[in-house]
Amino acid sequence: MTDRFHDIALTVNGEPVRERVDARRTLVDFLREDLDLTGSHVGCEHGVCGACTVRLDGAIVRGCLTLAVQCDGATVETIEGVADSGAIADLREAFERRNALQCGFCTPGMLLTAQALLARGGVPSRDEIRAHLSGNYCRCTGYHAIVDAVEAVAQARAGQVK
Amino acid sequence: MKIADDVPSALSALDRPNSYIGRSVPRPNLARLTQGRAQYVSDVTLPRMAHVAFVRSPYAHARIKAIDTAAAKKAPGVIAVVTGAELAQVITPWVGVLTHLKGIKSAPQHAIAVERACWQGEAVCAVVAKSRAEAEDACELVAVDYEELTPVTDPEIALDPGTPVIHASLGDNLTFERKHEAGEVDRAFKEADAIVETTFRFGRHTGVTNEPRAIVADWNPGEARLTVYQGTQAPHMMQNLFAKHLGLEEHQVRVLTKDVGGSFGIKVHTYADEMATVALAKLLRRPVKFVADRIESFVTDIHARDHRIHAKIGVKRDGTITAFEIDDLTGIGPYSVYPRTSGIEANQVVNLVGGPYNCPNYRARARVVFQNKNVMCQYRAVGHPIATSVTENLVEMAAAAIGMDPVEIRRRNLFPDDGYPCASAAGLKFEKLSHHAALDKIIEMMGYDALRAEQARLRGQGIHRGIGFASFIEVTNPSAAFYGVGGARISSQDGATVRLDATGAIFCATGVTEQGQGAEAVVAQCVATAFGVPIEKVRVITGDTDNVPYGGGTWASRAAGIGGEAAWQAGKALRQNVLAVAGSILQADAKALDIRNGAVVDADTGRERLGLDEVARIAYFRPDTLPPGFQAELLATRHYVPRAWPFAFTNGIQASWLEVDTDSGFIRLLKHWCVEDCGTVINPQLVDEQVRGGVVQGIGAALLEHCVYDARGQLLNGNMADYLVPMAAEMPDIEVGHVVSPTTDSELGAKGAGEAGTAGAPGCVVNAVNDALRPLGAKTITEIPMTPDVVLRALGRI
Repeated sequence: MTDRFHDIALTVNGEPVRERVDARRTLVDFLREDLDLTGSHVGCEHGVCGACTVRLDGAIVRGCLTLAVQCDGATVETIEGVADSGAIADLREAFERRNALQCGFCTPGMLLTAQALLARGGVPSRDEIRAHLSGNYCRCTGYHAIVDAVEAVAQARAGQVK
Repeated sequence: MKIADDVPSALSALDRPNSYIGRSVPRPNLARLTQGRAQYVSDVTLPRMAHVAFVRSPYAHARIKAIDTAAAKKAPGVIAVVTGAELAQVITPWVGVLTHLKGIKSAPQHAIAVERACWQGEAVCAVVAKSRAEAEDACELVAVDYEELTPVTDPEIALDPGTPVIHASLGDNLTFERKHEAGEVDRAFKEADAIVETTFRFGRHTGVTNEPRAIVADWNPGEARLTVYQGTQAPHMMQNLFAKHLGLEEHQVRVLTKDVGGSFGIKVHTYADEMATVALAKLLRRPVKFVADRIESFVTDIHARDHRIHAKIGVKRDGTITAFEIDDLTGIGPYSVYPRTSGIEANQVVNLVGGPYNCPNYRARARVVFQNKNVMCQYRAVGHPIATSVTENLVEMAAAAIGMDPVEIRRRNLFPDDGYPCASAAGLKFEKLSHHAALDKIIEMMGYDALRAEQARLRGQGIHRGIGFASFIEVTNPSAAFYGVGGARISSQDGATVRLDATGAIFCATGVTEQGQGAEAVVAQCVATAFGVPIEKVRVITGDTDNVPYGGGTWASRAAGIGGEAAWQAGKALRQNVLAVAGSILQADAKALDIRNGAVVDADTGRERLGLDEVARIAYFRPDTLPPGFQAELLATRHYVPRAWPFAFTNGIQASWLEVDTDSGFIRLLKHWCVEDCGTVINPQLVDEQVRGGVVQGIGAALLEHCVYDARGQLLNGNMADYLVPMAAEMPDIEVGHVVSPTTDSELGAKGAGEAGTAGAPGCVVNAVNDALRPLGAKTITEIPMTPDVVLRALGRI
């Protein structure tokens, strides 16, 4: 049974982390239960809902489909770290002003996913925003307000403030 | 960006200087949600906390002959393995009936099945371990010896003499039956020039809250107190039920509700596995946590809407609707859900069919039957989507039968806007509705004539688009008539306590709960306006039975209309109390003073006289300087319950514009509109977002969502890969408009807005699809979800 457990070293939100993890431990469970970073959420546990979205070496991944042992040597960023850095302050503010969240459970994943689209630059169409967010389930808003908020931030960042 | 402008409203009777009523102020609690710093129950951990996982029946109906727990008890990390019979020593069973649903019956339901499992997914054994993973590992080692019994799955044969009776003690599989007859139905059908008769089928679906149900129960024997962290809509209701079934006094139970990851009616019921978790905490004298995984959610979260309805409408050539008739049959699983019962949805269908129309002739029957599937109960808009679909689909079919435009038939039959108060054929009492104003408004918003012209033009190019409408009514702000009169200890009244703190800010504790809909914002707006402070000075506390006034919580679109009114009244009362103190300090008549923007001012001139921080300082720290005999009271509580009307009905209309691909059967939603009349709009942005979110849940029902069972009662698609929910790419933009008819039952005049979207969307989308397909000679679609194969069958392609 000893080979079930592995020592991993990684960077989480800029802090070095060394932990011993069960091979079956998912990244999102590792973040939530071992590091108490509960901003990443568990919605479906099979990669459909996107509530567990985090950044792994700069790219967004599903925390429920990624194993903690895979992250040895990697850099992981969660909503807590990204929010604290100020990197999505405008996006967060747009979500809050537009009420683009209700229960908020999908919101961390939704913000990180939207930021991945916005980071490409330009002003995506509403259809492109919808397509990009189509792997993130929101039961509350009906998506319209989320699309509004993401569109507004894209316009603002491109200097096309309406 | 379409971020709503936060413009102060024009003065009205409600208005106070610096009013927040009618303004789109942002919710005060959002930053913690966007920073990942919320606290959902699934985030809660406590010292010595254990985790429970359940062994669940793989059969829809089975006798439990034996359970061997020996191997599981030895597994790593396991603290206890507990069977239903063992847990029944700790917690008593319950029966989900209400006395005002005459004749409703159900059988005792246990926290964990004892002797028999009655649906696939019912818990038969609990394993408590140090981690959830270890508990699940040990579940694999629990050996249950089942004798499979014949399951009853098809409601159509549930009442046949040859069908096994699920609960022998009840005599048959009939849970509840209701009949209603008004006017002269047979004569009305004889007088009709056309009669449309059809059968509607509504797919069973469920809420799919993004955060699954979650509970942490902590029994502290040293205090003899149970603390339950629960993602619930009704903390006081749950306090009562935990106490009752664990043999405790209510004051021994505290229910805490923090952030809730979606509820929609899913989290307002008693769940056996949550009751088991609470009982296990008491048994094991330590905190126990249960969070449903997604597979468990699909087989145990309440399902809803599994109805088959034979329905009939009569219409004259001039468009006059002569009669409605329905026969509803619904299967609700093996137990009526406690404590709200599973009879309410069918009862609502009977109440609501035909509701927008001035037609006195109505005959209805609803039968609710037991079956061996997961339980059904009240989910967002309870019964409304079904009644609205039946009514609105019939109305548009009748219009087609006599060659009349669907807008015109509504104009000729909707209750006139100047005819209130009035009552429907089902006996519903309407204070003031606005069907015609809403119809006029939506026609204008959507550009109806231009859309019809575009539809005709595209038809020539082989592009098939459709327009559908659904007028609707919605039950909101329920009085005690909903549950209290039936014996359920579910509060229809709600309270708010407001307190001036020592620096001039306001603390408000309310009995309604925040589920993401914005109740905290609405309560803060009401308090800030009534009392007279900037909204940033108001802190709202919800979801703690030890610390908020007794109340019903959040359901039936009641939080703003009832909780908001209580907060408004409490704010006013505290203003009077504070002005009494200020008058005493200033040697002035309190009636000549007011509180505006956080300061005591002269009411006439607005001149500032005293800061609230100074009032608080004197009252709390230098009361010796106040006149002898004068006692400052800087806390006020008020309660509110609707009394003049059993329900505050709202109304509205939705419209859908969509395109059907006649080769693939795919439906592409192009645009959706909703005009809603929820009375006084306290926060326009929050109301609009309730409508939009609700519409999309209704669209999910119309096109995607379906709990598919096989004949043996096995759920075939109980995961999010196979059970489809609306995602961003398939959903349309949704325009929302308003007509405002305040209720006079409260000073605010606000009615509910949480369920209107869900109520109207399915019927509206079905009408639009049929409008697109009708010229192609397709059969009229009367079932949802309208999957591509349903569309292709209607077209005769498959």
